[in-house]
Amino acid sequence: MSAPVQTLKFNYHAIFAIFRFEMTRFARTLWQSLVTPVITTVLYFVVFGAAIGARVGDIGGVQYGAFIVPGLIMLSLFTESLNNASFGIYMPKFTGTIYEILSAPVSAFEIVFAYVGAAATKSVLLGLVILATANLFVDIQIEHPVWMAGFLVLVAMTFSVFGFIIGIWAKGFEELQFIPMLIITPLTFLGGVFYSIDMLPDGWRTASLFNPIVYIISGFRWSFYGTGDVSIGISLAATLGFLLLCIALVWLIFRTGYRLKS
Amino acid sequence: MPALPSGAKLSPMTPPPVISIAGLGKTYASGLVALQDVDLEIRRGEIFALLGPNGAGKTTLISTVCGMATPTAGTVQVNGHDIRRDYRAARAQIGLVPQELYTDMFETPWDTVRFSRGLFGLPPNAAYLEQVLRDLSLWNKRKDMIMTLSGGMKRRVLIAKALAHEPQVLFLDEPTAGVDVELRRDMWAQVRRLRDSGVTVILTTHYIDEAEEMADRIGVINKGRLILVETKAELMKKLGKKQLTLHLLEPLAMIPAGLNEWALTLRSDGCDLEYTFDASHEQTAIPALLQRLGELGIGFKDLTTRQSSLEEIFVSLVREPGDPPGLSSSGSIRHAIQSPVQSSIQSGDRSVDKRP
Repeated sequence: MSAPVQTLKFNYHAIFAIFRFEMTRFARTLWQSLVTPVITTVLYFVVFGAAIGARVGDIGGVQYGAFIVPGLIMLSLFTESLNNASFGIYMPKFTGTIYEILSAPVSAFEIVFAYVGAAATKSVLLGLVILATANLFVDIQIEHPVWMAGFLVLVAMTFSVFGFIIGIWAKGFEELQFIPMLIITPLTFLGGVFYSIDMLPDGWRTASLFNPIVYIISGFRWSFYGTGDVSIGISLAATLGFLLLCIALVWLIFRTGYRLKS
Repeated sequence: MPALPSGAKLSPMTPPPVISIAGLGKTYASGLVALQDVDLEIRRGEIFALLGPNGAGKTTLISTVCGMATPTAGTVQVNGHDIRRDYRAARAQIGLVPQELYTDMFETPWDTVRFSRGLFGLPPNAAYLEQVLRDLSLWNKRKDMIMTLSGGMKRRVLIAKALAHEPQVLFLDEPTAGVDVELRRDMWAQVRRLRDSGVTVILTTHYIDEAEEMADRIGVINKGRLILVETKAELMKKLGKKQLTLHLLEPLAMIPAGLNEWALTLRSDGCDLEYTFDASHEQTAIPALLQRLGELGIGFKDLTTRQSSLEEIFVSLVREPGDPPGLSSSGSIRHAIQSPVQSSIQSGDRSVDKRP
């Protein structure tokens, strides 16, 4: 006998519950979530924009202080998306409250959508706050605002999915920081946040093309100033490719129950 | 599939079970066999106690039914919904209270029950959640951070979360582990109220007195096998022993031949005469014994009777090498319960210390 139970085909209540939980956590840690990255960005402006930038001159017709804005937003976006998403799923694993998620009538897609959605939302908000902050220091123009917004959301989502994977993979807090600190941050610094890769010697320029971050920053900068290190099509394809790769990994994680279920 | 002890299967007259477990097995990647060929049907509205020593497979069984572990064999149905194929419908009807106090420290009870209700796919219902919190004496604490609550309150928060989506079945994994006596009594009362409200309760425990106090039916699990399922009353009747002790006026050197038809032993240097018998048999044996004693001129100043508790039954189950009397399928039981269990009980189970 099947008792008449109303079961949702798509558990949007659960998505909303997780989303709200994560956003509450964000509000609770507003200081470290929002203010810290803003302060860091302001410091970059003071050091690279004002102090050093004045001696660098223009790059591709763009004032150096303005040139680094897209890269700085991306730098924060990477870090915050990774941190938010990895913490979001790691903490329930760490405290044990994951039992409730695993025993709830939610699909893998709904879980990922909720956690990644929340992390990406925070990151996009942060990106916009940094953009507003930067606007106080330098004159910023956005030639392709729709592309800019699209890139912002796409990158926030991509790195949130990546962060979600890290959060599931990590067995301890050190591992949580391992990939962001040791891989993403160096790649970002070498990925053209502070310079155009055209400024590099030939060998280094070629090497840089193997750095996926280059394509993301280049695409984002193109949406601001209409110029990039690589064409916008390649940038978009690379970013989407990375997103698909991350989604495939997440799919594999839930299929095998990797580090989630016994 | 091995024959199940009587009582595990339901007669055609009984209503369909709320949970049907058939041939359930769980072997971990490490090769550890945590569950083996478990068949169990949980009746609607009962309190079912799953009893077993630490590491017997109680939590694994719950984890498998609730979705935290994937079974490697067998099926589980909740109200006819398969837990894997039809997981949404199956899980929507189950509430789970874990053994450990897994809580979100910085949340409030109110926020966390609202979260749980949404997670299980139900629209908000403030009136219902208020009732749940009130019933669990948490309403006044609803705005406090969970981390500031006592252990007993945290446990109740977990129960409130498990009830937030109005489940038909509630799993309580070791609800009173590490809880003081008063809180245990509270918890028992709480669970009874839940059952009275129509919720089927499945609890695991390694405290036998808890099962004895609470359960309608009892399943004994050991080394991943469900070795016995009985109603509590039936279990007590089948396995329980009664003991009559007569404190004699004058000590006896030996038991007189006229008393041979009773299984008697002399204790305390012949001052006490002890008669042990199965609770289910020999209803008339005591009057006959007393009459014979009168005929033989053996006087006594006092007598005491006692019935073995479920705890003693359990210990005898795991201890005795021979068939416990009155058990229909005792062969499999004897096979399943071996000495390592006994040692783990002696070393780890608090309840053994309370044996008279």
